[in-house]
Amino acid sequence: MVERTPFLNFFTHLILFVGFVFCIAPFVVVVIAASHNLRDVNDVPMSLLPGSDFWVNIKTAWVTADLGPKLLNSFIVAGGVAAGKVIISALTAFSIVYFRFPGRMFIFWLIFVTLMLPLEVRIVPTYAVVANVLSPYQTILDVTGLSWLIEKVSGVQVSLSLGLLNSYPGLILPLVATATGTFLYRQFFLTVPDELTEASRMDGAGPLRFFIDVLLPLSRNNMAALGTIMFLWAWNQYLWPLLITTDQSHAMAVTELKQLIPNVGGTPEWHIAMAGTLIVMLPPLLVVVLMQRWIVRGLIATEK
Amino acid sequence: MEKRVTFSSWTIGILFAVPQLLLIFTFFYWPAGQAVYWSLTLQQPWGGGNIWVGLDNFRSILANADYWNSITASLVFAGISTGLAMFIALVLAALTDRQLAGSRLYRVVLIWPYGIAAPALALAFRFILAPEAGFLSVINRMWPGIWDPGLDGADAMASIIVAFSWKYVGYNFIFFMAAFQAIPRSLIEAAAMDGSGVIRRFWDIQFPLITPTIFFLLVINITESFQDSFGIVDIMTSGGPANSTNLMVYKIYSDGFKGLDYSGAAAQSIILMMLIIVLTIFQFRFIERRVHYG
Repeated sequence: MVERTPFLNFFTHLILFVGFVFCIAPFVVVVIAASHNLRDVNDVPMSLLPGSDFWVNIKTAWVTADLGPKLLNSFIVAGGVAAGKVIISALTAFSIVYFRFPGRMFIFWLIFVTLMLPLEVRIVPTYAVVANVLSPYQTILDVTGLSWLIEKVSGVQVSLSLGLLNSYPGLILPLVATATGTFLYRQFFLTVPDELTEASRMDGAGPLRFFIDVLLPLSRNNMAALGTIMFLWAWNQYLWPLLITTDQSHAMAVTELKQLIPNVGGTPEWHIAMAGTLIVMLPPLLVVVLMQRWIVRGLIATEK
Repeated sequence: MEKRVTFSSWTIGILFAVPQLLLIFTFFYWPAGQAVYWSLTLQQPWGGGNIWVGLDNFRSILANADYWNSITASLVFAGISTGLAMFIALVLAALTDRQLAGSRLYRVVLIWPYGIAAPALALAFRFILAPEAGFLSVINRMWPGIWDPGLDGADAMASIIVAFSWKYVGYNFIFFMAAFQAIPRSLIEAAAMDGSGVIRRFWDIQFPLITPTIFFLLVINITESFQDSFGIVDIMTSGGPANSTNLMVYKIYSDGFKGLDYSGAAAQSIILMMLIIVLTIFQFRFIERRVHYG
């Protein structure tokens, strides 16, 4: 900076240091508590020196909450959501930006509105849809009289039914059904020079060719940012997986944390709980640390 | 902004939009419509049809003291946690922007909370703030019973506010940091040469230039405090004690899925949607006027 402000510099460092401690403290507490044994973790005040039972606790938490398969489920769901968002958003943005067709603006607004109302507030009816994902279409057939017609003509009674509770598609698809990434791509596609489109059209490339060979390679940065942000977001989902996975085989790591809360009156096994918390919070934290640059860029781009 | 060069085959264009449209119809528009329909009918929990009751569901919800309590709790939670998360993040970002030794390290670490799942964070804070173990147990040793989120509603509310604000300090920090970095250095240096001090420069130059970010984060933080709080409440307090932390989104869940009152939960969803929409519009109308867009 231009001038010398020793007092202010000292003050800045002081506050930043407090902020630093404030940010890092919960991590430190989790790690230290996870290394104590049952007696030490319940000591008042708890010792801030690490104990020696770290790996024992990690192993116990891993086995108690059966975290192996649950982490795998989290990876599948978060990866699925990230991939789904990246692909579907790109397709939609391409359609909105590079084509002129009737109803284009209507489609744009249809998608835009989805940003307003997140899954949490539509949770009850969305659950019903996932219980039978074809129910909307069945209702449409019934209301329009089409199912009656089909039954008259062919004698087949139409009853569409496909339950997605306790399944990966049931976990993934409703989370993909928001427009978050579409606008990120739209903004980016709008900055791609028209000359490129012109040139590839002159070379005889159709829209599909242009999309795959020109547009997608150019949007690698966007894909990385969007994919990372969506992976984190999906990994951290709680309410939705809690609701639709009644069967342990599809439970996600984050929802399993509730099993680790020491119950009132029981033995307060906080050391195991903290070891489990550490395991569950580590993968997304690693993603943040590795992809820091992308996340910052991606978030800045979504803002605009 | 529009493209000059486009493709003429518009059937292909529509085909590209079809996957997204199918998804949002099935998992967004249909359920949203269903919520409106259910809120106006009395839905039998285990099938068995539904009866049209008009606005009765809304009347009975709004006549219920528990529901008003849940609205108040949500507003208190939203107000305090948004205020805290924004203020702390703004101060930290403004200070890291003064390029001193170590600023980079701070920037790296202050982003970490962004990656933590709210429920994992909630479990960590449940331990840190537990009355019998953890860190506040020391206070309880000195003044027995002064802190107990399991019994005292205000303590419980304070717990969830701390956890939520902590996560959003990290989130807000990223945006504020980016906003500060986008301000041309030369602008600040010129002002410094004209003899204006650090604080003066902050209020006259930096603050006006980051008001769009402040506005954007205000909308996001408030909206998220109504939704993203679910995991924190479920892990830390389960809405208790005595409904003191039964926030709106948690009440929808417990009435709908534990109480099997689908119609009541649907009506509550509609009210929550309206509240979020009204708050957003309000912020756009009244606060955005004060925002300087560069």
